[in-house]
Amino acid sequence: MTVLLAIGTQKGLFLATGDDDRRAWQVGPALFPGTAVYTIGVDSRGPGPQLLAAVDNSHFGPSVAVSDDLGATWHEPESAPIAFPQDAGVAVERVWQIVPGSAAEPGVVYAGTQPSALFRSADGGRSFELVRGLWEHPHRPQWGAGFGGQAIHTILPHPGDPSRLLVAMSTGGVYRSGDGGESWSPANQGIKAYFFPDPWPEFGQCVHRVARDAGDPEQLYAQNHHGVYRSTDGGDSWQSIAGTLPSDFGFPIVTHPHRPGTLWNFPLTADSERHPTELRCRVYRSTDAGEKWEPQHEGLPDGPYYPVVLRDAMCADSLDPAGVYFGTRAGEVFASNDEGETWSTVAAHLPDVLSVRAVAV
Amino acid sequence: MPVLLVPGVLRAEAGGASRLEIAAAGTLGAVLAEVGERWPLLSRRIRDERGAVRRYVNVFVDGEQAALETPVAPGSEIQVLPSVAGGSR
Repeated sequence: MTVLLAIGTQKGLFLATGDDDRRAWQVGPALFPGTAVYTIGVDSRGPGPQLLAAVDNSHFGPSVAVSDDLGATWHEPESAPIAFPQDAGVAVERVWQIVPGSAAEPGVVYAGTQPSALFRSADGGRSFELVRGLWEHPHRPQWGAGFGGQAIHTILPHPGDPSRLLVAMSTGGVYRSGDGGESWSPANQGIKAYFFPDPWPEFGQCVHRVARDAGDPEQLYAQNHHGVYRSTDGGDSWQSIAGTLPSDFGFPIVTHPHRPGTLWNFPLTADSERHPTELRCRVYRSTDAGEKWEPQHEGLPDGPYYPVVLRDAMCADSLDPAGVYFGTRAGEVFASNDEGETWSTVAAHLPDVLSVRAVAV
Repeated sequence: MPVLLVPGVLRAEAGGASRLEIAAAGTLGAVLAEVGERWPLLSRRIRDERGAVRRYVNVFVDGEQAALETPVAPGSEIQVLPSVAGGSR
């Protein structure tokens, strides 16, 4: 078994196929050339993986293209798959996240958009409906925009309970629903918002990404706009785990597919200095739920390194040992077939990498 | 009957056609509404779900930049062109 790596960039989608060792990679030509691919959903609940690419043409707007044959062919519905209803008075600017629902809900797919909204599909991602419970939340007028826009970028369905759902947005923070999306509550206790006069607000945090632990679905990890946190109670409260990291700023946070307590991130120096700490291309890994972190860089570029890794541009595969992947805004993509111990180059000189997803094939 | 000229980059959305004969006339809004009914995929490339023409798409009626309320005569030519301001960074 190997991996198909879907690489969404500012100017197209690239599909890379690894050899059996996930060391050597063949990269295909740009699909949707000239079109930004901000995220790629992978639905592995059916007989074969389905890819859902969020394509965003700067002239002709956003859409979702679906492939049932690992990217050989793509199709788009005639009508916009993700669109606000007329009474919302706004239009979808960009799709930031596409995530299949839990295994108990085949056909359910969620999408997070800019402006911040959650959409739900019951037909495998062909058509979506606005989740009004979140859209009509009284906090919504106070949600702000981060540097990249105002968007829901994280969607975590609960693996054991389809009625439970967590989203995160920049800015706004973490919100949870326990009734299938009908009602929502903020879940940001312990996450700092240093940019407000009261740095511990109920909501308004700039959470960059949330990931769920492989073993305990109540254990979550958040990479914040300055701050790295863990929750052991499903988001009721958060505690800092940034102590041994070189910086608490960054965008992605990725959990191991099987092993509890193992996760990766890519620290940047600060929001005002968005480059890797000490200008070195290094991933950081923790194997004890964030108590200690260690750098991983064997095979990554030496010397001064400036490019950043965006929140959707890092992922793990489902194999054993787990593969870890990330792409940079300089158009480089790196892969590790041994949980980050060593790295090889998948591609270079691509457009800015916005998203990566690994599909075991 | 007004004719809508489809730019090359959008012809796949119009079944390969470069010219579309439109039954509606009166205003550009009426023309685009018919496009939405008959060629929904083409329509959503031109307008968002509110019906607003996309920021980096320009529509001309008989050579003049047009808005939804611009009059369209039975013999008018409507041209859809991607804006020079769009494109990938």
